[in-house]
Amino acid sequence: MAAASKEAKSVNTSPFYSHQLRKFAIISIMTMFTFMLVFLFLLPFANMSLISVKTTDQITEGATGLIWPMEPITFSYDGDGDGDLDVYDQFRVPMPDGTIMQLALVQPGRQTSQFLDTANPEAGLITWEGNWRGLDRVTELHPHFENFSTAWNMLDFPKVFRNTLVIALFGMVGTLLSSICVAYAFARFPIPGKNIWFIILIGTIILPSQVTLIPTYAFFAKIGWTGTWLPLIVPHFFANAFNVFLLRQFFMTLPRELDEAAMIDGAGPFKVLTSVIIPQSWAAIIAVGMFHIIFAWNDYFNPLIYLLGQPDLLPISVAVQQFNYQYGPRPELVQATSLMAMVLPVLLFLFAQKVFMRGVVITGVEK
Amino acid sequence: MATVDQSHTGALPPEVALVGTKNKSGSLQRQQRIWGWIFLSPWLIGFVIFTAAPIIASFIFTFTRFNLGDGSVTFVGLDNWKMLFSDPLTLTSLGVTFKFALIAIPFWLIVPILVASLLNSKSVKGKPLLRTLFYLPYIVPAVSAIFIWQSVMNTQAGWINRILRLLGVQDPPAWLQNESWILVAFMIIGLWGIGNAMLTTLATMQGVPTELYEAAEVDGAGPITKWRKITLPMISPVVFYNLVLLSIGVMNYFVVPYIVSRGTGQPGQSTYFFNMHLYKTAFAYGNMGYGATLAWLIFAICLLITIVLFATSRRWVYYSSGD
Repeated sequence: MAAASKEAKSVNTSPFYSHQLRKFAIISIMTMFTFMLVFLFLLPFANMSLISVKTTDQITEGATGLIWPMEPITFSYDGDGDGDLDVYDQFRVPMPDGTIMQLALVQPGRQTSQFLDTANPEAGLITWEGNWRGLDRVTELHPHFENFSTAWNMLDFPKVFRNTLVIALFGMVGTLLSSICVAYAFARFPIPGKNIWFIILIGTIILPSQVTLIPTYAFFAKIGWTGTWLPLIVPHFFANAFNVFLLRQFFMTLPRELDEAAMIDGAGPFKVLTSVIIPQSWAAIIAVGMFHIIFAWNDYFNPLIYLLGQPDLLPISVAVQQFNYQYGPRPELVQATSLMAMVLPVLLFLFAQKVFMRGVVITGVEK
Repeated sequence: MATVDQSHTGALPPEVALVGTKNKSGSLQRQQRIWGWIFLSPWLIGFVIFTAAPIIASFIFTFTRFNLGDGSVTFVGLDNWKMLFSDPLTLTSLGVTFKFALIAIPFWLIVPILVASLLNSKSVKGKPLLRTLFYLPYIVPAVSAIFIWQSVMNTQAGWINRILRLLGVQDPPAWLQNESWILVAFMIIGLWGIGNAMLTTLATMQGVPTELYEAAEVDGAGPITKWRKITLPMISPVVFYNLVLLSIGVMNYFVVPYIVSRGTGQPGQSTYFFNMHLYKTAFAYGNMGYGATLAWLIFAICLLITIVLFATSRRWVYYSSGD
């Protein structure tokens, strides 16, 4: 270390070296700053994780409460000699000789208190002068992972997961089938007025959803679909602007020669789609599928209005919100359900982030 | 687009062109057109059923008193439209929504640009990891995110206020109970959604030709000048697109205030957003006719905002000649 710094000093005069050094300093500072930023940005996740393994009492200690799920260590010993084990709290006690001993409080008092040495309880009671309330309790890290199973059972997660998955997967099939066909139409076929249709399609992205909400709701109510999953699934069988746009952009990059070769071999448009276009487009198709699952997992408003009064059909978003309202006074359960509700989308994203982020870039940049 | 279609048939291999007479290639064209309509039909049908017809129907609803319970429809003329001006909650909720737009949009627009600039900087290492981490909260379902933030923003035990107290702030705000802080709190919660905007901005920055920067360096431009004179104009189309989406999104803002205030719009009426007014009118009170009028009002406002944004975009959005 010393040799290195000496060397650095000796060559410091070289302009190239000082330039390198400056560059290195800038890189360190900028990288550290960015990581600090992302740390702060993600801090709420740490808060959620820690609260989800605490007890209600630990959380409601308020501003003075500990951040970690710490629990006092107790010491079990038959201190009064009645044959039963007694449970005592342990404290860090400063002794007259300057050392700090870990002792179990047997008889608390204002002026003096009686303690037991946890290492050697047979030695009998130790009398300590001073107010025991000023002492530090001995605590240990004790995460209550059982909060997760409690919340899991109370909210009936298996049922809620099933509901969400059915809604998400059927909707995904619908949006894939329809969006692939529509994107194929826009990418490959000579449709009169295609430009105008495409602009209308893209325009629906910035159409505020309220303006279609009430008649759509009235329509679904009229045909008896409210209170079922159908309004959350069926509309996705009619394509969606984002997905069509993404798939069309992808299809347009595929060389037409392959389509044409297949057509010469006698393939019809459907055959070209299934045997030429789709096999080359898995990246875009997977991205669209993931977008839909994450959308369905997240969607709150539509299940809220269409599944009103159907507690057994609720997907995860509304079910978690209702549970968390009901169990507001138990923050550890609220945080545990919030964590469990986000696990699947987050894992899905982490596993396929490359495909996912490319999809986002195509839909967001190329317009 | 039309030129592309012609090149499609024109690019057919010579064998096919030789076999097909002029008549035959015309019928091929017609056949292709029919297939085009067939593949387009899912969207066309869906557009009619779920977009075009509801827009028209909701306009017709604005002239009726429409009760979903008994299905009764009464024509009431312009009563609903007149009610817009006499209903104090309409004005209140519009006020809340616009106030929030002024607070939130600048941050939601600028923060992703700043983060993308950091991630585009040559001086930052570990970019793939950082990019994933900054994007991650976007994936978290809104319901989870709201309860996570409620806990972090707790007045007593919440980490934000603990940190503020450590930094010497005597009396940190009750973020979600205080009328003057709650919209700021919503803006902060919304920062968890910067993922898409950050990612698209970053991708655009990475697409800026390096020759532009090299040329600027030759002219003696420093990093800040380069950012202002090259990066910013080059990303302006994405920024514009994000601004349009954000403006419409804020007019639609619902889930966060609805869950945090438990549908009340409290404290006071500080979180009584326009969309909550619409939801209550139509679904809590079953007043579909007036609800449709509110929907049309916000539709008109969104349309106006979009038109204004597009009109001003010529002044500040830079489209390279390639587009």
